[in-house]
Amino acid sequence: MGAYVVRRFGLMVITLFGISVLIFVLLRLTPGNIADILFDAGGYVDPADKARIEQQLGLDKPIVLQYMDWIGGLAHGDLGFSYQTEKPAIDEIAPRIPITARLAVIALTFSVLIGVPLGVISAVKQNTILDYFLRVLSLSGLSMPSFWLGLLILMGFVAYFGTIPIYSDQPSGFWNTLLMYSVPAAAVGFRSSALMMRLTRSSMLEVLRQDYIRTARSKGASEVAINYYHALKNALLPVITVIGIEAAFLLGGLIVTETVFNIPGVARFLVEAIRWRDYPMVQNLVMFIAVVVVTINFIIDMLYAAVDPRIKYGN
Amino acid sequence: MSTLDFNAELAAAGANVHSRWGAVRFFVRRYPLGAIGAVIMAIFVLAAIFAPFLTVYDPLTTNAAVSLAKPSAGHWLGCDFMGRDVYSRIIYGARISLAVSVGSMLLGSSVGVAVGLLSGYLLGWFDLVTQRILEMMQSLPLLVMAIIMAAALGPSLHNTILAIAIPLVPYVARVIRANTLSLREQPFVEAAKAIGMSETRIALRHVLPNTLAPLIVLATAQLGSTILTESSLSFLGLGVPEPHPSWGRMLSESAAEYVRTAPWLVIFPGMAISFVVFGTNLLGDALRDLLDPRQRS
Repeated sequence: MGAYVVRRFGLMVITLFGISVLIFVLLRLTPGNIADILFDAGGYVDPADKARIEQQLGLDKPIVLQYMDWIGGLAHGDLGFSYQTEKPAIDEIAPRIPITARLAVIALTFSVLIGVPLGVISAVKQNTILDYFLRVLSLSGLSMPSFWLGLLILMGFVAYFGTIPIYSDQPSGFWNTLLMYSVPAAAVGFRSSALMMRLTRSSMLEVLRQDYIRTARSKGASEVAINYYHALKNALLPVITVIGIEAAFLLGGLIVTETVFNIPGVARFLVEAIRWRDYPMVQNLVMFIAVVVVTINFIIDMLYAAVDPRIKYGN
Repeated sequence: MSTLDFNAELAAAGANVHSRWGAVRFFVRRYPLGAIGAVIMAIFVLAAIFAPFLTVYDPLTTNAAVSLAKPSAGHWLGCDFMGRDVYSRIIYGARISLAVSVGSMLLGSSVGVAVGLLSGYLLGWFDLVTQRILEMMQSLPLLVMAIIMAAALGPSLHNTILAIAIPLVPYVARVIRANTLSLREQPFVEAAKAIGMSETRIALRHVLPNTLAPLIVLATAQLGSTILTESSLSFLGLGVPEPHPSWGRMLSESAAEYVRTAPWLVIFPGMAISFVVFGTNLLGDALRDLLDPRQRS
């Protein structure tokens, strides 16, 4: 196990290094840099001014040096400065992280609480009207763009309360806070719960065909005990592994949802930074997302090895 | 047998395949939901093709007199801020949205097939390096990857296709590679080798056609996700540029502020996206069930 953890960790570091190179190179392919954008707004270009700004921002250095500057800074916890606000990037990003993290956790909870039980019901009642209904429901969840679902929810608020839930920095009380995060989280979580439900269903069906389920049935165990004690426990294993995929899925959904609900989180910030071609911000934000996704996948791999006794790594 | 044969698959499942209609009838009976999905997709494709015959108004012509007009007999689904007919824009939008998503699905799948086939066939360092790169691409959410690509390439119709296609490549390549790895051990490949066929010919004539079944399943599933990615990109203003009427773009113009004042601008384009993706998902599920016996329930 120890050797496996080390090897898996090494792979994770290599992956992150590769991603950093990938992002860096991609962003340098972009036509026009921040200096061009600033001058676009001004309406004229003075080559001397432009050169001065590029020098100030370090854009005149060779690309390899620019990369080294960035990575070297990251290693010291220095994320550089935002071109747009001229504040340290870390000060811009840090306060947004808890907002997105809360949204993601609530959405994930939502998707597990809804997706897993419905998936089990769908599998147990396979090929009944209920199963068909739940399958169509989950497919429609996967088919709706999450930003549209968010807009529909806003529309519902307008119709019933005459107003739109507005994000505030200082919500009053625990329940208001929870409500404020729950609405956008539900918009993202619905899509994720659909994915969760489909996976639980197919995993459950797989397990229900196993010999030990027939054994349990023949020794007279009740259907309830079979479904929820014998089957579900084993069916949940593969479901755990998809939480990693789910995390990536959720972060993608949060980008549009934070935009719809006007929530100042990390995901919406990425879109804004891209519009401004604010390289340090985009690099750092994408790197942050990559670190989160890769770390979650690492933890889940470890967890999987710990939970499933059949898996022995490093032999 | 070295090619995918729908009839054989259907016959194995008990269909009367002597007439073409027999196969279709069987599919409809066995996979009613899949058939509904196919019909939904067909409706959208036909609407895209025959758009000029289905609409009265030009999707790009602005008319201040009907700015934000409610749905009425004249304008079935209302008008947007610039007085453009929403119904026309949705029908013409099917052209843009479907062209971009089908285009990126085809591009992403072809590159993915090429990479996967090479990787599974050459193995060695090429395979090792390719697999690492694909893993890196996959560790970023699809939409994040597409956003960066779109930003790096700049806004245009072609670039949007590219920006959606590239993030798809790893998903296709990994499935095709896994398939190639198991196929190259099959007796018919050995037989082809024994009669002195060249490696290239074996790869293209024997291995490639056999990866078609998983590819079709994957491609259908991906069509749904490319449509959603396109709409998200356009919604964020990073996808299909003006004046093309793309569904996602229509929502970005009308987003949050029109929720209150002009809900028809929000409801209808979103319905178009959801319906067509729903159709691809229904069909995709049925095809997976038919072509991938391991998943058959």
